[in-house]
Amino acid sequence: MPLAMAGMGHHLRVVKINAGHGLCERLSSMGLVPGAILEVLSNGFRGPMIVAVKGSRVMLGRGMALKVLVE
Amino acid sequence: MTHKKIKVALAGNPNSGKTTVFNAITGAHQHVGNYPGVTVEKKSGSRRFQNHELEVVDLPGVYSLTPHSVEEVVARNFLVEEKPDVVIDIIDSSNLERNLYLAVQLLEMGVPLVLAFNMSDVSKARGFRFDIDTLSKLLGAPIVATVGHRNQGIDELLNTVLLTAAQSNGDRKVSISYGKEIDRELQKLQAIFVSENETLSSHHRRWLAIKLLEGDTEVQKLIDHKGLKNVDNLHDAIERSVTRLEDVMGDHPEILIADRRYGYISGALKETVSSTVEQRKTTSDRIDSVVTNRLLGLPLFLGLMYAVFHLTFTVGDPMMGWIEEFFGWLGGTVESWWPAGSDSALKSLLLDGIIGGVGGVVVFLPNILLLFLAIAILEDSGYMARAAFIMDRLMHKIGLHGKSFIPMLIGFGCTIPAIMATRTLENRRDRLTTMLVAPLMSCSARLAIYALIIPAFFPQTWHGAMLWTIYVIGILLAIVSAKLLRSTVFKGESTPFVMELPPYRMPTLKGIFIHMWERGWLYLKKAGTIILGISIVLWALTSYPQKAVYDQDYEAAAAQATAEYEAATQLLDADLAAAQALLEEKLDSLAQAQQAEDMAYSVAGRIGHWLEPLVRPMGFDWKIATALIGAFAAKEVFVAQMGIVYSVGEADEESDALREKLTSNYSPLVAFCIMLFALISAPCMATIAITKRESNSWKWALFQLGGLTVLAWVVTVVTFQLGSLLGIGV
Repeated sequence: MPLAMAGMGHHLRVVKINAGHGLCERLSSMGLVPGAILEVLSNGFRGPMIVAVKGSRVMLGRGMALKVLVE
Repeated sequence: MTHKKIKVALAGNPNSGKTTVFNAITGAHQHVGNYPGVTVEKKSGSRRFQNHELEVVDLPGVYSLTPHSVEEVVARNFLVEEKPDVVIDIIDSSNLERNLYLAVQLLEMGVPLVLAFNMSDVSKARGFRFDIDTLSKLLGAPIVATVGHRNQGIDELLNTVLLTAAQSNGDRKVSISYGKEIDRELQKLQAIFVSENETLSSHHRRWLAIKLLEGDTEVQKLIDHKGLKNVDNLHDAIERSVTRLEDVMGDHPEILIADRRYGYISGALKETVSSTVEQRKTTSDRIDSVVTNRLLGLPLFLGLMYAVFHLTFTVGDPMMGWIEEFFGWLGGTVESWWPAGSDSALKSLLLDGIIGGVGGVVVFLPNILLLFLAIAILEDSGYMARAAFIMDRLMHKIGLHGKSFIPMLIGFGCTIPAIMATRTLENRRDRLTTMLVAPLMSCSARLAIYALIIPAFFPQTWHGAMLWTIYVIGILLAIVSAKLLRSTVFKGESTPFVMELPPYRMPTLKGIFIHMWERGWLYLKKAGTIILGISIVLWALTSYPQKAVYDQDYEAAAAQATAEYEAATQLLDADLAAAQALLEEKLDSLAQAQQAEDMAYSVAGRIGHWLEPLVRPMGFDWKIATALIGAFAAKEVFVAQMGIVYSVGEADEESDALREKLTSNYSPLVAFCIMLFALISAPCMATIAITKRESNSWKWALFQLGGLTVLAWVVTVVTFQLGSLLGIGV
């Protein structure tokens, strides 16, 4: 499911990122690669969300969060 | 003892404390410039250490070394072209996993690397223990623990730098395996290089192969330009490899390689890092649950912004007073160098032109510095990232980026650093839009005009509300303009919003003062250079040509006044003090009337007259037009110019005499329109110049100038006409 729909406090694993090269690499360098485990710290279901991944906290806009598929 | 020059480059993630370490190494021996062709700051410095001369360059903070952003390209190009003797990677050791992603890429490049495990006080507090020796071996680079903001570990770091520089190149390289499949494809690509070019080291060949497999456009360009014989072969081979890997592994090599890098990192860390404390919610997280809370976040943010502005005005006001007094004193002293009443061009230049003009700018320095101080505290503590998070949704609605809000905030101090702050926006469209609407955030220069007009025309209880209204109008216009721009001229996708949320940190005193001063200095420079120059030009424009024949015979009138004075002092019961005062008053008003006549006759006055038909629809007359000409150079100048036009001598925004003149000549509606026009029209020449520099084209700078002027004219005309029609404030 897209990360955008994940509830707060859930631990999820990144499965796939539906984006072009630049975006993929951008997300990778922040820790969001397929296989990475993340925790949803804040999701207001409107506007950006915050996740914890690889020891740091990352903010993602809604559009981005829709492109990251997690399970 | 050799005096060898060692070139050192500092790389690292944003928020890793890189700049603090850079400051610790180079101290005052720093210099800021630009990388050629881009508006990315280049910070370089020097340091003497054990008889060696270290040339240090602080590369832009990056998360990776791909060609996807300007900063990354700049950083990578520097490493490839300048070939520094040593590269220090500053790592936030409380956040190793992600920070090492960059380190691994540096390893791939094969640069002589030293790893600085910065913020080791935080990682120790969090209970992390590192097996430095093993980790160092696995990463193929020496590791030094540092605490940048306490200056700890710096000497050890520099020592290690020297040792690394002295080492020979071959032994250090660590080669990372990307798994059987990828390694095989890499070998295939490397083979093509061997047949072409034996001078490339095997490590370098591997790096090129990795980049080509990832689809790195910059490296592609590089290879194409080298004119290899088998270029087509190479392209085919790359395509085949990529397709094969996608089929077998299910993803593009770029993602696979990224994943492998992390795999390598996590493997190394598993062996060497242990933590004694259960990693659950950190303090930062707990604070964030309130700060970024859906319900509490925005009110908290607004409250903080209110506090910031309140601070700048209340604390700043007394200081402004001191500066005003100083300039008053300065003016008085300079005036006393000439005999009273003398009419020297130099005196006029110094007093009206320079002291008047420059003083008007410097007086706002306390306000601006306080605003920048507050912003520096918010940035250094990490709150700004949260603010961007909170604002992102709103910004998104107008078509802007969450990060756009920071330049806008700075714009309330001075538009110039605000425009420069747009550098953090990677998307050109976002950046240009923000640059163009930033001037609508009412800067402190325009405050002078409001401070003059509001107390003059509006009752005491309305003062706060009027000021607030003007600021809000600016913000609303900015929102509308941004939306308009984004749906027409700058149509297109906004940059995806991805931003790190650094842990909250206690800002250091040194840090915030440096950040505050960096921006405040720009404002002072504007005062010292452009405003000084403009003040002189304006002085010339308003003083010349001088009238030979006046409407009133001033000399005769002055002579008569003096005669009357003499007569009065001869009387037996003469009140000498009163007579003296009367004489001074008469002479003063004669001088000022003469000045006003001169002004009307001067170049500036004539231009004002000529512009009158254009400004009439706004309710303005030629006098306001003349003052606005000066205001184009710098808004603060408007007040002084009005003073001259109305022969009130040296006027500032506190001048009651000037206020009286204004109220007797204009209606509250016109006064409001003056403020509106000042708000919307281009702030000052310096802004246009900065926009040109930051956008790298005259087109946008002129568009900004034209757009703002037209917008100002239209809004003000509509307001005036509507107001007149409805009979409001006439």
